[in-house]
Amino acid sequence: MGVTDRQTGFPQRWWRALERHPPPIPGLRGDRWRSPLRGPWLTAVYGAVLLVGLPLVIITGLLDYAAYGPQFDQALPREVGWLRLPPFDWPTRPSWLFRVTQGLHVTLGIVLIPVVLAKLWSVIPKLFIWPPARSLAQVLERLSLLLLVGGILFEIATGLLNIQYAYLFGFDFYTAHYFGAWVFIAAFVAHVMLKLPRLVSALRSRPALRDPRRSGQREPRRPELRTPLTATRPEPPDPDDLVATAPGAPTMSRRGAIALVGGLSLLLGALTIGQSLDGRWRRTALLLPRGREPGTGPNGFPINRTAAAAGIRPDEIGQRWRLTVRGGGRLVTLDRPRLLAMGQHTARLPIACVEGWSTRQTWSGVRLRDLAALVGVDDPASAQVRSLEKAGLFNQAILQANQVLDADSLLALRVNGADLSADHGFPARVIVAALPGVHCTKWVADITFRTGADG
Amino acid sequence: MAEPLPRFRAAYGSSPQHLVAMIACFTLTGWVALRIAEEATAGRMLLWFVGAAVAHDLILFPIYASADRVLRGALRRSGHAATDGQSPAAHHPLPRRAGHTPSRPSPLNHIRVPALATGLLFLVYLPGILRQGRETYLAATGQDQHPYLARWLAITATLFLVSGVWYLVRQIRWRRVDGSAR
Ligand code: HEM
Repeated sequence: MGVTDRQTGFPQRWWRALERHPPPIPGLRGDRWRSPLRGPWLTAVYGAVLLVGLPLVIITGLLDYAAYGPQFDQALPREVGWLRLPPFDWPTRPSWLFRVTQGLHVTLGIVLIPVVLAKLWSVIPKLFIWPPARSLAQVLERLSLLLLVGGILFEIATGLLNIQYAYLFGFDFYTAHYFGAWVFIAAFVAHVMLKLPRLVSALRSRPALRDPRRSGQREPRRPELRTPLTATRPEPPDPDDLVATAPGAPTMSRRGAIALVGGLSLLLGALTIGQSLDGRWRRTALLLPRGREPGTGPNGFPINRTAAAAGIRPDEIGQRWRLTVRGGGRLVTLDRPRLLAMGQHTARLPIACVEGWSTRQTWSGVRLRDLAALVGVDDPASAQVRSLEKAGLFNQAILQANQVLDADSLLALRVNGADLSADHGFPARVIVAALPGVHCTKWVADITFRTGADG
Repeated sequence: MAEPLPRFRAAYGSSPQHLVAMIACFTLTGWVALRIAEEATAGRMLLWFVGAAVAHDLILFPIYASADRVLRGALRRSGHAATDGQSPAAHHPLPRRAGHTPSRPSPLNHIRVPALATGLLFLVYLPGILRQGRETYLAATGQDQHPYLARWLAITATLFLVSGVWYLVRQIRWRRVDGSAR
């Protein structure tokens, strides 16, 4: 279905005239491309990897949006119309759910970067081809390719800057990354629809590991992954004009090119995965913020926002601090000793940041459902948690009923056997299984349990 | 008069399904564009979107392609074969077999691969290496970005070292084989 032929559309005279008048740019003559590796088969190999990998990145990205609880208007960007997954309550089990989905989103997104670049390298001659189009169909397809390439590079760039806290772009990350994703999704789906048949035929055009044709038919073909450099030849000329018309000598075999890209992906993966691991392995994320522990001891695991940055003053979290619990028309105020005197529950739960890093710690404190019971709400529809933090996008969060009622959902007072540090939310913070870290509110000031009747 | 479908194909340049896929893609993009247009920073987003594609196609690609050409040229001038492979002009359907002495290993890929790897690491982890976003970094982590440049340099040195040692080993092995063949 793709536009692969050199057939000229309507109005023929115009397209021909365009073809006859190339601008005086040397690169537009197709014979400048030398690599003997370029061709439909290699492009299809990289394409197939992306065809499997990118949908995973897309889905985990959309799940991230769902995990924020868009039903409470607290997913960003707020207004997305019908451009979202169907609404559902984000589960609390398995407790590593968000750790895995968001870790996969960021890690796989990074691991695929070399494949994206290799895929672009393999088709780049087409960008400089003259005429740029021979029909309306080609004009449209080229425009959609701008959306495809711009889309993936935009998502990669904004994502990478976000996880490294360098907001160089000067626009809202959420809005840009979310809507950019949809533009990319639209172009990606269209591209796959148009090119899938070509991808399949190109993959079949040369054997990868063994020649499926029965011997004796013709001269056996050497499988591509068993072909060394000395036997590497250009692919036969193709209708897509990917194969060089005047190829140079190969400097690398096709399997070498695949191994190189795979190796680069492994390298990026090895330098990224550490931010999702605990213990000694964390340090392997050598070049990422979350490869470093901020300290040692019970509170020595990464934080997302320091107390200083949140504007928390020491006197606010000292003796003066009180927790206000509301619900069902009742109000209870508790100080920290009162909270410590209530039934304490300990849970070993991961905290996973939307930026892809995560860590598992042992938290203890009061169950959220016990606090709800304190104000006589046994069946909360939701709970609103507010922080002492005055400004800041995440100084409050609304929890779903399942998140309040889960037996491991805590207002944590201690971590790993010690009091929370100020940076980890002292005097008290929320910790809920599989909830994005930014919604595990720190420096909690009040909690309102809402019943169905409150709406 | 021709049938409608071939006529459509001839005029449009592809199948009706192609047109449907394109219309669907642009409809969704158009909807997003209308939604984004209300943002004060819409212009910047567009700039980064188009800029990302342009930066890849007209800056990044030309840079790495020319760097590679320069490298190959330099190796050729210094008397190294730029490749272990064979020119397609010398058209052998299969490689020459036993009895053939292997050609002298080329240093090309031993330079290219670590260079590519370190360049990629630089691009991906650039904010830390160049200490961008110091304030937000500090607010989020309570730390500075001090170690990254040195770490990146150390990784770069390791990559080149491993690659260089490997090249030497290949060179020595080749000398031995070559010597015994003589
Ligand atoms: C094809 C590429 C990609 C697509 C389609 C995509 C899509 C998405 C979507 C839909 C979201 C949810 C946004 C929201 O909740 O507002 C998201 C979140 C995110 N993505 Fe991506 N993404 C891609 C690549 C990347 C890459 C390469 C990285 C990083 C290295 C990345 C990092 C992030 C981060 C950190 C978030 C969390 C944002 C937050 O909720 O704070 N993404 N992505």
